[in-house]
Formats: sequence, C-alpha cells, structure tokens
Amino acid sequence: MTITEKAPALLESEREQRVLTPRARQRRSPLTWFRGGGLSNLIFLAPMLIVFGVFSWSPIIQSFIMSLQKTNLITSQWVGLDNFANVLADPLLGTAVLNTLYFAGLALVFGFPLPLLLAVLMSEVKRGKGVYSALAYLPVIIPPVVAVLLWKFFYDASPTGVFNTIIGWVGIPPQPWIQSAVSAMPSLVLEATWAAAGGSIIIYLAALLSVPPELYDAAEVDGASIWRKIWHVTLPQLRGVLFIMLILQVIATAQVFLEPFLFTGGGPNNSTVTVLVLIYRYAFQNSLGGNYGEATALSVMLAIVLAVLSFAYFKLTERWSSN
Amino acid sequence: MKSRSKALVAGFAAFGIVASLAACTTPGASSGKTEIRVATFPAGADAAAYEAFAVQEAQFEEANPDIDVIGVEYEWEGPTFAVQLAGGSLPDVFTVPFTDAKTLLQNDQLMDVTAEAEALGYADKINPILLEAVQDDAGNIYGFPRQAYAMGLHYNRELFEAAGLDPDSPPTTWEEVREDAKAISDATGKAGYMQMTMNNTGGWQLTAATVAHGGRTQVDNGDGTYTSTINNPGTVAALEFLKTARWEDNSLGSNFLLDWGTINQEFAAGNIGMYTTGSDIYTALVRDFSLDPSVYGITVVPTDGEDPGTLGGGDIAVMSPAIDAATKAASVKWIDFYYMQRLFNEDAAKLDAKTLADSDQAVGTPLLPILDDETEQQRLSWIEEYVNVPRDQMTGFFDGIGAQTPVGEPKAQTQAIYALLDAVVQAVLTDQNADIDALLTKADEDAQALIDGN
Repeated sequence: MTITEKAPALLESEREQRVLTPRARQRRSPLTWFRGGGLSNLIFLAPMLIVFGVFSWSPIIQSFIMSLQKTNLITSQWVGLDNFANVLADPLLGTAVLNTLYFAGLALVFGFPLPLLLAVLMSEVKRGKGVYSALAYLPVIIPPVVAVLLWKFFYDASPTGVFNTIIGWVGIPPQPWIQSAVSAMPSLVLEATWAAAGGSIIIYLAALLSVPPELYDAAEVDGASIWRKIWHVTLPQLRGVLFIMLILQVIATAQVFLEPFLFTGGGPNNSTVTVLVLIYRYAFQNSLGGNYGEATALSVMLAIVLAVLSFAYFKLTERWSSN
Repeated sequence: MKSRSKALVAGFAAFGIVASLAACTTPGASSGKTEIRVATFPAGADAAAYEAFAVQEAQFEEANPDIDVIGVEYEWEGPTFAVQLAGGSLPDVFTVPFTDAKTLLQNDQLMDVTAEAEALGYADKINPILLEAVQDDAGNIYGFPRQAYAMGLHYNRELFEAAGLDPDSPPTTWEEVREDAKAISDATGKAGYMQMTMNNTGGWQLTAATVAHGGRTQVDNGDGTYTSTINNPGTVAALEFLKTARWEDNSLGSNFLLDWGTINQEFAAGNIGMYTTGSDIYTALVRDFSLDPSVYGITVVPTDGEDPGTLGGGDIAVMSPAIDAATKAASVKWIDFYYMQRLFNEDAAKLDAKTLADSDQAVGTPLLPILDDETEQQRLSWIEEYVNVPRDQMTGFFDGIGAQTPVGEPKAQTQAIYALLDAVVQAVLTDQNADIDALLTKADEDAQALIDGN
C-alpha cells in the first residue's frame, strides 16, 4: 500500500520539476534535437521505417489508389468509383460474403471454444504438461500448404480414403467431404481449426499462468466444483485475452483464403468461394491482365468493414475488458 | 561519445542493409555476348529434358558464338502469366496459347516480328488459319505458331484390359465411352472417365465436349461483336453425358475437383481410365508425370450432332516488346532454331529428333500440322527412325483425326467464360438434382454480360 501511495507523489514532483526547469521551456532546435540523440534515434529507426514503408505502407496506399483506376499494371486510367460499383453488382459477391460468414461462424462455434477448453484441461494436468503442449502446437509448425495437401489425402472421397475408412469402422458410409457443396465448407473449417488451435492453446496456457492461485484456493475453500472454478475464476480472469483472441479470429476468418483456394479452388459450384478467393479471381483469373482495380476495390471494402467491426467491438467491450 | 559511437554503428548497419539490397539488383558480369533468356520447361520436368535442352543450347551457341542462351523454367499458367507479364519477369522468348495472342498483340504486349517472319519465309509457309491468330488487322505478325493440337481421348490400356476391354479398340461413340467407363469403374474401382473441372479448365473441356457434340458456345458476329450461345444442344448433351455417368453409372470416381495438372497426375497414376485433353499431352505425361508409356493410348474424341468438330489449340513462340534490337535478333534466331526449322528442314528435323531421342524425350507425338499436311508427312518420314512414342498405341487418333474439323476456341472473354463454366460442370458432378437448363441459362446471361462489358 505504501508503494502505491508514494508513486503518484513522485510523478507529481517530477512533473513540476520538468515544468520549472529552463531546459524544458527551451525551444527545440535542430541542434538540440541532434544533441539529444535525435539523429542516432532516426538512424536506428531507419531500417524499420524503410522496410515498413516499402513493403507495407506503400502497397496499402497504392491499393487505395489502384481501387480507383482501371489498370493492367503498365498503363492506368482513373475511373472514379466504377470498380466499387462493378464489384457490388457482381452476383458472386453475395455468395462470397455469405460463404465467408458461414466459414467465420463455423470457425467461431467450433474453433474458438475448443482451444480454450483444451488449454484449461491441459493446465490441470499435473505431469507431462510439456508433452501435451508440444503435441498441441505440432500442427502449427507444419507449413500450411503441406497441411492442406495432407488433409486432401484424409478427405479422399473414395471408400478407401483415410477418414472414410475410419468412419467405415463404425458403420458410417463414405462421405464426399470436400467433393460436395454441402460438406465442403465444414470440412475446411475442421482442417483450419486443427491447424490453428495449437497457437491459441499456447496463448491461453500462458494467460492461465497469470491467474492468481489464491483465487482458486479461495474458491476451493468455498467448496466450488471444477466447472464453477472455471466459470467464476478462470473465464473472468482471461476476459481480456479472450476478447483479443475473438477479434483476431474474426479478422483472420474474414480473410480466409488458403483453405478454399488449395482444397477446392472455390468449388464445388462456388460453395467455398470466399471474399479473398473472389479478390484473387478478379486479379488472376484472366491470363490477359486481371481486373486489378476491382480486386483492390473489394480489398479496400473488406479492410473498411474489418476496421469498423474492430472499432465497434473494442468500443462495445471496453467496459467489460477493463473491469 | 557513447551516442556518437551508437550513431556510427547504426550508420554502418544501415549502409550494410542498403548495400546488400543494392547488391541484389546488380547485374552479373557481362560476357560480351548477347544474352537471351528463353523459356524451357515447367518446374519439375525430369533431368533428361534439361540434358536435351543443354545439348540443343550448345548446338545453337556453337553456330552463334556471339549469343549466350540462358534457359528459364516456364509454364504458361492463367493466374500467374498476367503478373509475370506486367512485372517484367517473363523470359525474352516464351510461349502463349493461341487464345491469348490476339489480346496481347492488341495491348502492345508482343514484339512485332513481321520483317523477321517474312525474311525467314514463314509468312507464306504457315497455315493461314494459324497465322491469323498472331496477326493484327493490318496483317503484321507478332509471333511464330510453333505447335498445334486437336482434342484427343486419352485412355489407360492397362485399365481397359483389367475391365476386359480391348485396348486396341477404343470407344468411337459417346455411348461406348459411357459403357467402357462403367466397365472400368465396376472392374477396378477407378474412375472410368473424368473431365477437368477447375481453374478454367472445366470450361475449356466443356467447350471441347460441346464442339464434339456439334454445338458452339459462342458466335462471332463478324463485326467485332460476339453472342454467347452456351445454352445449346451440344452443351446440354455434354452435360447430360456427365450427369448420367456420374449419378446413374457412378463411373467418374470420387474426385470432382481436377485441373490440368491434377487430372494428368491422376491419369498417370492409373486412377482414371479415360479423359480428354490436347493431343500433345503425351510428352508432359511421360516427362512431368512419370507415365509408363506402355499403358498409354489415344484416340479421337467421338463426335455426334450436327456440324461437330474437334476443339483445336496450340501455342505461339513470342517475344517481349521490351527487349532491345540485339536481343530481338538473337531471340528470332533461337526461335527459328529451337521451334521452327525442325518443322520443314530435313537436317534440322533430324538433328532435333536425334537430340531428343538420345535424351529419352518424346519424338513423334500426335500434333496438327503447323505448315501444311504434306510438309508434316514429309517431316514425319525424316524423323521416322527416331520416333520413340508408341505410335501403334495411337492409331485411333492418327486414323480418325483427318476426318474431324478443327474448331478454334471462343475468342471473346475466353478465360472468364471458362471460369463461369467450371461452376456449371462442378454443379452437375456434385449435385444430383442440378438443373442443366437453368445452369446454362444463367451461365449464358453471365457470359453475355462479360462479353458486352468488354
């Protein structure tokens, strides 16, 4: 308690000192900037600024510019908002948005609670925790393309396919998996959940370590069961991490591309065309110069939607996560 | 002092980064020769293909000591070609399909080679129908048609035998294709027949099947406009065939998401009994997909309906318009040596065939003549001793192709319309209740909108 009382006092006095010292009132000139280490700061920052500028900020700005142009990457002409109008008039856009929402919804229902549940269970394990962590994290270190190719074998729709053989043992007939418009998307979500769960589990496990053990002790003294401890202690303590993980998952699933592109190419019959697959098709479907303007216009729209969603989410959850 | 030394270290670090980045773009030491970067094979081609190329490269450089040929792995692929073109990462000499040539030359993305083609005598020799694909309205020439193919029905002789069928009597009607596919599927559990369905190839093969059934998916109005005719009896027949084979016979296997690469892979692995693609596929099947030549067979695609034909295609050797005069001159020499001379010059034809055969590369694959039929027959007689493809397993194609009419691919919005048709083929193969008429009506409207918006 004494520490927390002293700290504001010290800060206050420091602030007063700064206000009163002549140096703080002095106008900053290039010389003072240089003497204050400004140049070395800038030099240290330069590599990061150059890398971010060239590889990140510049493409973002160019994308915004390109969304207002008709271009073949060699010659360009300004077309105003035509690209946006064309994208909004595309009958496939509705399908792509619905498919993306479907993927995000399924991933949220199955992919979000699972890692949390596994992390909680693993944190309760007394021995061999490291082995379980390593096993859970293993899918993350497999390159995503390799993982998809591996799962393509699993999803072989013939009766001799890996999954079909396994379900055959319990009398279930062979399933079409990614070969049917109905089961393709859930199949993609299953693989995506498997691939991503390990990363989330590690984050949850780390967060669980920060939960003060005395809270569990107090709950145990009060006679709480394991589920009541999870509900009343663990989950409230993980609230901040959970909110962040949720919005990160929503942003990631809204940009799902790898699975539909590699598994099904958007098929069968456009049942797995997502917004990003549509962007890819705009840009690269036609060998004679893709529609880069429309591709970037849809990218910009997606970025705006995600930015608004993230902002609204943080505003809505601000009170909960800070309490 | 401390801050200065920090600045010094940071300065060196920054310089190091900039210098290493700059080093990435520093061109290699010039040999004093004209360097040309030329397309070779797709990534993954077998070592023998590169050996044959190295020999041909050495032959060329010996005859042209002032030119240095640099082979670059290359494969025309719809999704990446536009980016390579725009990004300037294509080789100086590369090949494009007939369907892309017109638009590329209209966009000033190909080098004008009229003078060179005339000087070499090709302007008069090449089949005018093929030459037209690389000419603008004024008659200028922008490339060298180097290979043409018709559609073929490729089949696995081993699976035919396993199903009790005679591999020397491949099907000649679509009904026989259906019967044989069912026999193969029932006997072996493999797909008796299958078609490409993805990445625009589904539309390409549906268009080929449409032509075989006497239909056309697009009409050239002759005034620069085109009318989509996707909902025609030929396309309906082609889709009805797939629907019956899939849902009544269950003879198409279980993988309905295949494109050019994956269907070749499945065929070479013995998982597909029959499929249709260009007649020149043998080379790629053996070279890139390790097909056992003894199991390969090809015949013509069966035809029915009114005015049927065989969808033709091919590719053209072209150059980037960005190369300088010296590179252009050297590139023309390379195209002449590597692609063209072997078509009509006896010595060149024999040398080319011998070099390929010595490296176990395919010689004598079924193609359509680039020049005229007489010259093609003459070429075949020159290289007869080097022919190493099993031509006796290809008699169905050689005997039947002369009677079929080659039909060009649709000209307007070709790739985009193929993509539309991918979804139609996939719907028929994965949805038992797919309404073919409704699917084609919708695809027709969408295709016309694409054409009109062009």
